[in-house]
Amino acid sequence: MAKQSVLIPVFVFAGIVVLLWFGFQLSDPHLLPSQKLNDPVPEFELPNLMQVDQTLTAADLTGEVSLLNVWATWCPSCIAEHGELTRIFETTGLRIIGVNYNDDSEAARAWLKRWGDPYAFHIVDESGTLAIDLGVYGAPETFVVDAGGVIRYRHVGVVTQKVFEETLTPLIQNLKDAS
Amino acid sequence: MSGRWVLALSLLWCLSAPGLAAIEAQTFPDETVKARYYDLIATLRCPQCLNTNLAGSDAMIAQNLRATVLRLLIEGKSDAEVERFMFERYGDFILYEPRWTAKTWLLWLGPLGLALIGLSVWWSMSASSRKSRHGLSESDRASLKRLIDR
Repeated sequence: MAKQSVLIPVFVFAGIVVLLWFGFQLSDPHLLPSQKLNDPVPEFELPNLMQVDQTLTAADLTGEVSLLNVWATWCPSCIAEHGELTRIFETTGLRIIGVNYNDDSEAARAWLKRWGDPYAFHIVDESGTLAIDLGVYGAPETFVVDAGGVIRYRHVGVVTQKVFEETLTPLIQNLKDAS
Repeated sequence: MSGRWVLALSLLWCLSAPGLAAIEAQTFPDETVKARYYDLIATLRCPQCLNTNLAGSDAMIAQNLRATVLRLLIEGKSDAEVERFMFERYGDFILYEPRWTAKTWLLWLGPLGLALIGLSVWWSMSASSRKSRHGLSESDRASLKRLIDR
């Protein structure tokens, strides 16, 4: 009896160790889960980067499956990502919509002139209000939006060829088949 | 020697970093809004940084969110509404104090449970020692008496 009760704290301790060990390993703490999955893109009224007098709204994101890519000229990894986005557009014709986030529009247009523009259009989000409604906390971030304008996936960080082919392509195919 | 200086300077820099952050000038309509603003940005976490509140972060997103907190307060939103706004966009991560949900009850009740386990172990141990102190049987008394008298 006495010997058994000595073991109880050992088991309790081992239980706590196992719980915490797995608890802290479950996910990368830098990757916040999106709160907006399966929600429509939030309402907005913001100018078009290339045609400033035109107002864009959430309705402009419907019609076909698209990538909604949050980028900025102050974001170095966005340059790295730009090549892959260009490749995606040239090989698949997928509609890519830009959100120019917390940026200077003049600098953004110069940036696109220098690196090329595979985007269908860019939403000017100078003060980051659309980004906040989307739950964006950095750039680049990329959302997969279905033809009905509903957010189906969020990728935080650079979309690499690997991410596109292994994660986004099957998802986009499913969405296209469903609609 | 120079290594020690580098260490000292970097320690100093660490101390000053929280003071350097969040120095943008805000205009508040009144003192209540100002106090509520500082309370809220102290209890909301910067989504980009793992352990810094909105008040202490230089990240662009923290600046935007501070401005958003102030805008919502000026629009007349309550503190709970501001927290709800942030939660709807950034989830549990942004709240320093975890909500009470199916996933977090262990977090809230765990320490209490551990304390209760500890108390019950302590109680049962002291009870058994009390019992052994007073619970001498007749034969124990007899042998004890024999030992003392010898």
